[in-house]
Amino acid sequence: MIRRNLPFATVAVIVLVAAPLLLEPFRLSLLAKYLCYAIVALGIGLAWGQGGMLTLGQGVFFGLGGYSMAMHLKLTEGGGLPDFMVWSGVEELPALWVPFANPVFALGMAVLGPVAIAAILGTLVFRQRVRGAYFAILTQALAAAMVILLVGQQGLTGGTNGMTNFFDLFGRDLAEDSTQRGLYLVVASVLGVLYLATRQLVNSRYGRLLVAVRDGEDRVRFLGYDPALVKTVTFAASAGMAGLAGALFVPVVGIISPALLGVVPSLELVVAVAVGGRHVLAGAVLGAVVMGYAQTAFSEQFADGWLYLQGALFILVMTLAPKGIIGVAERLRRARTT
Amino acid sequence: MLELRDVQVVFDGFRALDGVDLTVPDGELRFLIGPNGAGKTTLIDVITGLTRPAAGSVRFAGHDLAGRKEHQIVRLGVGRTFQTSVVFEELTVIENLDLAAGFRKPLWSLARRRRGVSETVAEALARTGLEELAERSAGVLSHGQRQWLEIGMLLAQRPKLLLLDEPVAGMSKDERERTGELLTRIADDHTVVVVEHDMEFLRRHASTVTVLHEGRVLVEGSVDQVSADPRVQEVYLGRKASDAVGNRP
Ligand SMILES: Nc1ncnc2c1ncn2[C@@H]1O[C@H](COP(=O)(O)OP(=O)(O)O)[C@@H](O)[C@H]1O
Ligand SMILES: [Mg+2]
Repeated sequence: MIRRNLPFATVAVIVLVAAPLLLEPFRLSLLAKYLCYAIVALGIGLAWGQGGMLTLGQGVFFGLGGYSMAMHLKLTEGGGLPDFMVWSGVEELPALWVPFANPVFALGMAVLGPVAIAAILGTLVFRQRVRGAYFAILTQALAAAMVILLVGQQGLTGGTNGMTNFFDLFGRDLAEDSTQRGLYLVVASVLGVLYLATRQLVNSRYGRLLVAVRDGEDRVRFLGYDPALVKTVTFAASAGMAGLAGALFVPVVGIISPALLGVVPSLELVVAVAVGGRHVLAGAVLGAVVMGYAQTAFSEQFADGWLYLQGALFILVMTLAPKGIIGVAERLRRARTT
Repeated sequence: MLELRDVQVVFDGFRALDGVDLTVPDGELRFLIGPNGAGKTTLIDVITGLTRPAAGSVRFAGHDLAGRKEHQIVRLGVGRTFQTSVVFEELTVIENLDLAAGFRKPLWSLARRRRGVSETVAEALARTGLEELAERSAGVLSHGQRQWLEIGMLLAQRPKLLLLDEPVAGMSKDERERTGELLTRIADDHTVVVVEHDMEFLRRHASTVTVLHEGRVLVEGSVDQVSADPRVQEVYLGRKASDAVGNRP
């Protein structure tokens, strides 16, 4: 028990204690952003790595969470209509916005909205036995459609620019370092708790069933299970994680816009999971943090190079180390002990 | 009791099953033989919901199976294996069996970790003689062991009716013998339908045989009756039925 949890405990101490003490506020905020992506990646690790559902549309759920939170933040600023509505000539708060003034509603929608949409989509799609590349393409199309929808509804969503200029969160000043440090700790804790819960699920009988569905969906039917239900539940869970991540991302980074949740960001997260190692949850989390950091480090120097580097890295991993960074680490450790 | 009446299956105009009538009483060990392409696998597919019949009825234990989903039919107590065995290679032998045993539990109750070995799983392990391999991953099993694991998974489901599609194909003589004994013991408390070609195997273990040919039931009877039947001999191209049947893969 202790042995098994030692790596997790070590990482938890570094992330929760060492990082806030050692990193300057700007860097800490960046790390918080990567950890938000890691929460999405965790969901991808569950749905794709364990369940075999290649979802290229997690940005949709991330976006739903992000927009829910952004709407709430815009409404608690005081001073009437949100800024972007004024600029686009909206005179009265749209009815859709009204309930988001309530923080519980906004947070609930951030998680339950994505869960509900994934559950409906899953029920429709998995029952028809849509899978593999068809499922991937479908989710990608969803991401594209989401962007079009958001851009088209300028007065409701802020269009291409999305929403920004958030000032306070539940009564705290977002510009304060202490608020940002607190946010960081919240994000890290949420990630830790979700990681443990997901790991528990993966190690449970349900986890075995999920792997069985991934490797032999048709066979699983003849074991008396309904694979469509198993997949739907898993997909919905991963969507919920993405939604929560989106809601945390907005106060951390201070912006939400269609560019942050379209086809490309959705793909980037899948690439990150593949690079980290999709077959274990830790690989997914690690991949998101590493790729997030690499993107920042790289973009500071060559703005456009990142996309190419990312593509190259993906191909490299897929051909040379299909189990990603974690797979390489496991191989090295085994080579050392034998 | 399993009861098929005038079952027809059509694939793109081709009649794979052309009016099959079949009755298997409870507790029987029934062998199903016939040349390749006779429709044996298709027959099992129809019973288990993998293929929808164009006409006819399939009833089991008072239930009409037509139109039910695969997993629903399993829940009525009908289990099957496939011609090419499919076990979950990334899971251990125990995990495979445990998965098979767990389908009646509600989904949420699976969220807990497996602790120890349930009685059902232990029994399936013992019956198939896989105890020593319990903790090994199914990917390392030999062909014969995989077939036994499949049968074990079937037993763990506690079905009333077992449908086995060529369970001894590709097995060594010893393995066939063990499998035959296993099937006989299983038939003590289950209804079993086995698709098999090997005449020697049939002679040793079969009581009643149904011969399928071009989507129809040709003959039904004891092994001796069936192999002496001129129509069966004709189906196997005029050669002695025992030779012809015995040599098929
Ligand atoms: N899915 C399918 N589509 C088209 N034809 C099929 C399909 N499945 C089986 N058949 C055909 O139906 C006939 C019976 O096949 P099958 O039941 O597998 O025979 P058996 O198991 O007795 O060797 C064969 O001619 C086969 O080619
Ligand atoms: Mg066959």
